[in-house]
Amino acid sequence: MAMIEQLTQLKKEVVAKVTAAENVKQLNEVRVAYLGKKGPITDLLKGMGKLPAEERPKMGALVNEVRAEVQQIHDVRKAELEEKAIQEQLEKEAIDVTLPGRSVNVGNAHPLTRVIEEIEDLFISMGYEVAEGPEVEKDYYNFEALNLPKGHPARDMQDTFYISEEILMRTHTSPVQARTMEKKQGASFKIICPGKVFRRDNDDATHSHQFTQIEGLVVGENIRMSDLKGTLDIFAKKMFGEDREIRLRPSFFPFTEPSVEMDISCFKCGGEGCNVCKHTGWIEILGAGMVHPNVLSMAGYDPKKVSGFAFGMGPERIAMLKYGVDDIRHFYTNDVRFLSQFHRIEE
Amino acid sequence: MLVSLKWLSQYVDLQGLEPEVLAEKITRSGIEVEGVHHLSQGLKKLMVGQIKEIKKHPDSDHLNICQVDFGEEELSQIVCGAPNVAEGQKIVAVRPNGYVSGKKIKKGKLRGEVSNGMICSLQELGIEGKVVPKKYADGIYVLPDDTPIGMDAIEALGLDDVVLELGLTPNRSDAMSMLGVAYEVAAILSEDVKLPETSHKAATEKAEDVLKVRVEAPTINPMYTAKVVKNVKIAESPLWLQQRLMAAGVRPLNNVVDITNYILMEYGQPLHAFDYDALGTGEIVVRLAKEGEPMTTLDGQDRVLNAKNLVITNGKEPVAVAGVMGGLDSEVTEKTTTVVIESAYFDGLSVRYTAKDLGLRSEASARYEKGIDPNRIIPAAERAAQLLTELAGGEVLSGSVVFDELDKTPSKVIVSPDFVNARLGMKISLNEMVSILNRLKFDVETANGRLYIDAPTRRQDIKIEEDIVEEIARLYGYDEIPATVPVSEAKAGGLNSYQAKRRIVRHQLQGSGLYQALTYSLTSDELSQKYALETAPTTRLLMPMSEERSTLRQSILPHLIESVTYNVSRQQDSVALYEIGSVFLGKTEEGLPKEEEHLAAVMTGDWLNNAWQGEQKKVDFFVLKGILEALFAKLDLTDRVKYETAVVDGLHPGRTANIILDGTRIGFLGQLHPAQQKANGIKETYVMELNLEAVLAAPIDPLVYVPVPRFPSVSRDIALIVDRTTKAADIEAIIHKAGGKLLKDVHVFDLYEGEKMEKGKKSVAFTLTYFTPERTLTDDEVVAAHDKVVAALTESGAELR
Repeated sequence: MAMIEQLTQLKKEVVAKVTAAENVKQLNEVRVAYLGKKGPITDLLKGMGKLPAEERPKMGALVNEVRAEVQQIHDVRKAELEEKAIQEQLEKEAIDVTLPGRSVNVGNAHPLTRVIEEIEDLFISMGYEVAEGPEVEKDYYNFEALNLPKGHPARDMQDTFYISEEILMRTHTSPVQARTMEKKQGASFKIICPGKVFRRDNDDATHSHQFTQIEGLVVGENIRMSDLKGTLDIFAKKMFGEDREIRLRPSFFPFTEPSVEMDISCFKCGGEGCNVCKHTGWIEILGAGMVHPNVLSMAGYDPKKVSGFAFGMGPERIAMLKYGVDDIRHFYTNDVRFLSQFHRIEE
Repeated sequence: MLVSLKWLSQYVDLQGLEPEVLAEKITRSGIEVEGVHHLSQGLKKLMVGQIKEIKKHPDSDHLNICQVDFGEEELSQIVCGAPNVAEGQKIVAVRPNGYVSGKKIKKGKLRGEVSNGMICSLQELGIEGKVVPKKYADGIYVLPDDTPIGMDAIEALGLDDVVLELGLTPNRSDAMSMLGVAYEVAAILSEDVKLPETSHKAATEKAEDVLKVRVEAPTINPMYTAKVVKNVKIAESPLWLQQRLMAAGVRPLNNVVDITNYILMEYGQPLHAFDYDALGTGEIVVRLAKEGEPMTTLDGQDRVLNAKNLVITNGKEPVAVAGVMGGLDSEVTEKTTTVVIESAYFDGLSVRYTAKDLGLRSEASARYEKGIDPNRIIPAAERAAQLLTELAGGEVLSGSVVFDELDKTPSKVIVSPDFVNARLGMKISLNEMVSILNRLKFDVETANGRLYIDAPTRRQDIKIEEDIVEEIARLYGYDEIPATVPVSEAKAGGLNSYQAKRRIVRHQLQGSGLYQALTYSLTSDELSQKYALETAPTTRLLMPMSEERSTLRQSILPHLIESVTYNVSRQQDSVALYEIGSVFLGKTEEGLPKEEEHLAAVMTGDWLNNAWQGEQKKVDFFVLKGILEALFAKLDLTDRVKYETAVVDGLHPGRTANIILDGTRIGFLGQLHPAQQKANGIKETYVMELNLEAVLAAPIDPLVYVPVPRFPSVSRDIALIVDRTTKAADIEAIIHKAGGKLLKDVHVFDLYEGEKMEKGKKSVAFTLTYFTPERTLTDDEVVAAHDKVVAALTESGAELR
């Protein structure tokens, strides 16, 4: 019976040690010490041979029973300790999630590019191509081909930087229209022309000797002034909001006849009158008109057969109105505190 | 153009029409009204008074104590500081609790003396200083003696008026006259126009008897008329005339000059008055000036004329620059008794040239330049004669001295209603069109369903069918035009390949952390070629406004670097900008500079800054190079772009590379030279500039899928000791050559140039990746390939570590 006692004693000892183990490592040591190949239980099984044959099965079963019991206690304890270890690790790994994230370098388009691309894309969706031309132009394309012969009083409307008598810094993007018409050789087309232009102006809050323009031109058979109005209406609603209304006022440009200026109902006050619209309810956005027959014929089109409309506007003015920018020079000083404001999306 | 509504109502009935309503109607139908000025705004309790007595203020050397009679029981005491105040004057005073310039004037004391209001100057009544008669420019205004005492002074001064400010486009020169505006307003309101009275008495003596006119340049002076008026008495104009001139923005001078200016404003016909006796010859000869011919103009300036300037002469020397300004010698003065009134037609281009050439833009030249009405030359002169009789006591000699070869026929336009409707996209009836043209007082007849129109000569802008389309549309109302879209063949719009790729370049750079900048194309001569990728003859403006903006740039970098300085000096130490824009090189066959689109970038400060994690990385050469490599990868140019050590003016000689595409240099990148950094007040800054057109012109291979590897690759590291000057790219080339087909990739993973290295040497380590898509490589295969690499490297002088 000494063996049974020994076994009971052993079991007590193991259970106490398993319970006392504080971590998996300690538990493992216990397991190796008692249940391992060199442990006391194995020794007991090995000592089984010395027992009388009839006692062996009974004792064997008993040892195995104890062994299984101990193993189970060990397994439960192990699971507990593992769980505890995970908890400890998680606690240790906890972070302050309110600390800032790792910053990613971002840049963005210039606000004028943003405006120009929006307009480009709108007209592209209506079947327009984007046409570009040189910033330094011939007097011919900048003026003469646009019905502004030398000495025409309307040349005063645009103070010009001349490079020679015949070469100048373009004062508007309209020469691209003249060049495009020449190139298209009588074919119908729709283009939108963005670009830089230059005027003899001293730079101040509202003037810049360099600024941008974007113009549109449609030439083809049977182009009507109502088409111009409809096109501008789509533009105004897309660019400034679905509930915008437009109105056309008579105006004058040498290259269009009739010529108009387009106002939109104020997008800030909706037409009630506010600072943005100078209490008129309307904001002047662009100039437009039906292409002057002289302009068509000078580019090789027969004004009896084809007609066209053109419109032009200033992205600076649109950006200033839309974003409330108060000084045109901001667009050219490249202050990152200004540029970076145009990163986010807008409705 | 400033239009007094009181004056305008002499020609067209404006009764019952609010000025603002009229202004809106005018704006909506063709001429923009830029302002509606109520002249009496801010004025209240102004009264005409007479100064009865003046005493010096005991405590002031410039103030006077005036006793003013307002027709009340007692005189009113007002202290006045004006130098021209005098007893007996009829003056304008604001009474206590009245307003001038919107400011309340209270009864008060001035240095101890009671002052019941204030005696006013015209400026204080809101009239611009530049139109106030010189006599009253520095003091109070003195009314004519016959002005009733106690009268409301706003009325006496004609300030119970509203002035419309018209913003005229160059085509509407017809509206540079009161009559022209009257026709416009009459058309809008469907009213008639009442023309001014021009009839007057005439002496029996004929103008022709005392004056001869000869025109030697009839093409630029096709019509010249002169009237002679004797016995004029030069004096101040009556108040009504002065008021109208001031409301129109003209300073009154004396009756003769004021009358010519009045006619200028009324008819749009410039007139000039000569002193007949000062002319001295009884003759007027119009001719081109001689080269270098001198003359002194009315403003006292000595001018030197050239052979393109048309002049009026007395047969000997110039007495006026035709259509621009009179001469000082023949000016009408207080002593003048006989005047010659010139009413003529001068060619617009010639006047424009001369006015520009002499830097002399006048009310007269502005009208000639844009074209005057040939049929108003005679009526305007007659109107002047009438006013000279009435207001200056003159005796008009009968007839005019006339030279006339001017074509005065109206322009004829024939237009079909269908054309008008087709252009507008509308359906306006023939009758409606006729009615509109009648309102405009155009002569119109209809035959064969067409409109035969004689446009009045005052409307020089009406020449072709489209002009009629506009006239009809603007009076019919642009609001009536429907909104349609062009009916045309369906054609896809879009960007061309270059434009599309340029957008991708922009998005790539923005995604890499760069902001898009925009700088000026014009720069100084000095900066125009600085850092230029390529230089060519520069393009300079004829007349720059400043040296700073005189020359077209050949490099974007100088202005971008200025932008860095701008930011850094405002505590923005980390700056990353790019710009896409044109540079201007030499000249093409067309005579224009060659415009080449470039891409430039600048970077300075931190690239990475996660302060609380203790990570900070300054921008360096390889940051910018990495951005470029990513860009070239996007454009499928990775294998075609090489970097070579380079020397670029203004850049750090040891940290600059040329960018070579398919063997051609298309750009550079590098650090700014420390001296340049210092000069610009910035720290370590990296820059690059590329010929974007060359980059985007490179043809691109089609994108074809490569199977994802099914077999593993094998990597081997190799560390080498080489000379410090040996280029990594050269070692890579040796490895690639020796590695054969199985070598898929080589990249640097370590560089050591520290103290433990022998002087003049460095250690570079590469990872080599062997791979074949067909199978898993055997050890033997890798060893064989790798041994060849090692052998080649050893042979090149590299030492294995």
